[in-house]
Amino acid sequence: MTRFVVNRVAGMLLVLFLVCLFTYMVFFLLSPDPAVQICGKNCTPERIDQIRENLGLTDPFLTQFWNFLSGLFAGRTYGGGIECAAPCLGYSFQTSQLVTDMIVQRLPVTAVVAIGAAVLWLLMGVIGGLLSAVQEGKFADKFIAGLTLGGMSVPNYVLALALQYVFVVWLQVLPFSQAVPFADDPVQWFLNFILPWSVLAIGYAASYTRLTRANVIDTLNENFVRTAKAKGLRPDLVWRRHALRPALTPIVTIAGMDFAGLLGGALITETVFGINGVGKLAADSITKNDQPVIMGVTLLAAFFVVVGNMVVDLLYSVIDPRVKAGAPA
Amino acid sequence: MTIPSTGLQVPAESPNEGDSAGTTPPARWSVLRNLLRDWAALACLGYVGLIVLMAVFAPLIVKVSGWGPYEFDQSAIDPNMGGIPLGSWGGISGEHWLGVEPGSGRDIFARIVYGARSSLLIALSATLLTSLLGVVFGLLAGYFGGRTDMVISRVMEFLMAFPALIFMIAVLSALPADDRAYLLVLVISVFGWPYLARIVRGQTMSLKQREFVEAAVASGASRRTVVFTEILPNLRSTILVMVTLAVPGYIGTEAGLSFLGVGVVPPTPSWGQMIASSVSWYAVVPTYFLVPGTFLALLVLSFMVLGDRIRAAVDPGGRS
Repeated sequence: MTRFVVNRVAGMLLVLFLVCLFTYMVFFLLSPDPAVQICGKNCTPERIDQIRENLGLTDPFLTQFWNFLSGLFAGRTYGGGIECAAPCLGYSFQTSQLVTDMIVQRLPVTAVVAIGAAVLWLLMGVIGGLLSAVQEGKFADKFIAGLTLGGMSVPNYVLALALQYVFVVWLQVLPFSQAVPFADDPVQWFLNFILPWSVLAIGYAASYTRLTRANVIDTLNENFVRTAKAKGLRPDLVWRRHALRPALTPIVTIAGMDFAGLLGGALITETVFGINGVGKLAADSITKNDQPVIMGVTLLAAFFVVVGNMVVDLLYSVIDPRVKAGAPA
Repeated sequence: MTIPSTGLQVPAESPNEGDSAGTTPPARWSVLRNLLRDWAALACLGYVGLIVLMAVFAPLIVKVSGWGPYEFDQSAIDPNMGGIPLGSWGGISGEHWLGVEPGSGRDIFARIVYGARSSLLIALSATLLTSLLGVVFGLLAGYFGGRTDMVISRVMEFLMAFPALIFMIAVLSALPADDRAYLLVLVISVFGWPYLARIVRGQTMSLKQREFVEAAVASGASRRTVVFTEILPNLRSTILVMVTLAVPGYIGTEAGLSFLGVGVVPPTPSWGQMIASSVSWYAVVPTYFLVPGTFLALLVLSFMVLGDRIRAAVDPGGRS
């Protein structure tokens, strides 16, 4: 077990390192000169040189990358006297803020969006999947299959606009979203999030419904379920004790990975609904070409995905010890 | 599984390793015949065909409809109302079949027709490239095993652990915008091929153990013959299914990236980009997002239904 864990953690660190290296390389090679960007209009060549010096942009690539990496773990101080504490993701030239601060400020909102959506899609997916597995081949099954196909094919930004139009503009059952803290007006706060949650959840809910259905049907055909039925176990016990657990375990693990990768989906949802989270931060930075922020968000997203995968793997090996035997490191 | 919107994933019950490996591939025509007997599949096929024709004959169609994708029709919008299209339903009329863009007055029908070009071109090229990479690397890893397999598998794991959508956005936003279409294809493919290669690899590994392959090897067939005449034909149905299911994903990815402003560069129209520019108008001119949104959703839906049906047709014994 220890060896397995060590292997996984080492693999994770390697992937994270490579992600850092790749991302940094892309920005090092491709981004326009940030010094010119900061300097603005009344700029002299000396001033540009000064800024380059301050930010360490004159150093060779490896030195810069090393500074960036060590900044992640130990923090760093930029030439202009800007302090950047431990997980230092860089300095946004355009907003004159530290990237870490910008992200940390917006992380709670994104977490609310992500958690709400995850709860919603798990509920919808599992319930829908169970329902269609029980009703296999009947009307409810076909109806749900149609819904899932629809849910998987409407892009979430189209869905976002459509739902917003229907519920806010046309039917007026939901208010236009306003930024309110939870403590001030919990009702308005909750109403604000209903649409983002649903939009983010629907695509996932559709694929989870399919997955749950397929898993449950597969499990019901297994020998141990047939044995349980044959020995006269009450149907509800067959379900609870024998069928559900093996059918739902893979779904929980996949949910872990999807949750970790949610930042990508949050990008679009937050942009459309104007929620000021990490996703919107990234989208805004793209339009402003604020590279350090984009890089920071990319690394954060990679971190979540990689750590999420690892946690899921480890959990899975606890739930199902067979995994370890043939596990690729 | 990853984020649906990246389009790099294949729906839940994709053929598992060894699932349909080595089942006798049914004759090509029976698959087609099965599809033609199914009205839903037929409708989807018809829709896809319509969009393809639209993309191919875009210049001709636009001549018939009267307005080009880059022409501004100031007479169709109301300058006193901030450029809202005149007439109901976003200005739908005999003149402008699907209405006009608020603000600029460009003809939406023409932009849809031309937008189909970029969507299909990018999605199909990306599919072609990913299939090529996926099949080649999957075969190499599965057939040769050992060190080749290890290296390829590590690269695949690395690419699949990447937050693909965000990284694509990052790369595309950093790169110059001149040849976005090529870059889009390249970036989508780089992150897309492992999903096919993984399955091809697994099936190749199981096919390699089968008697007919051993027989071919024992009878002195060269490696090339074994790979191309014994193994590859048996992978045909898997590849077909995976490819059909990949197309909708890439269409969605292209539209999503264009939506976020890192895809097709304006003024070249793309469906995703049209939806993006409709965000500020959705409350006033709902047709502006409904039209491209519907076209896009139906195209994705059609490819998904086709993929499902093809899978059912080539693998009747498999799971639903």
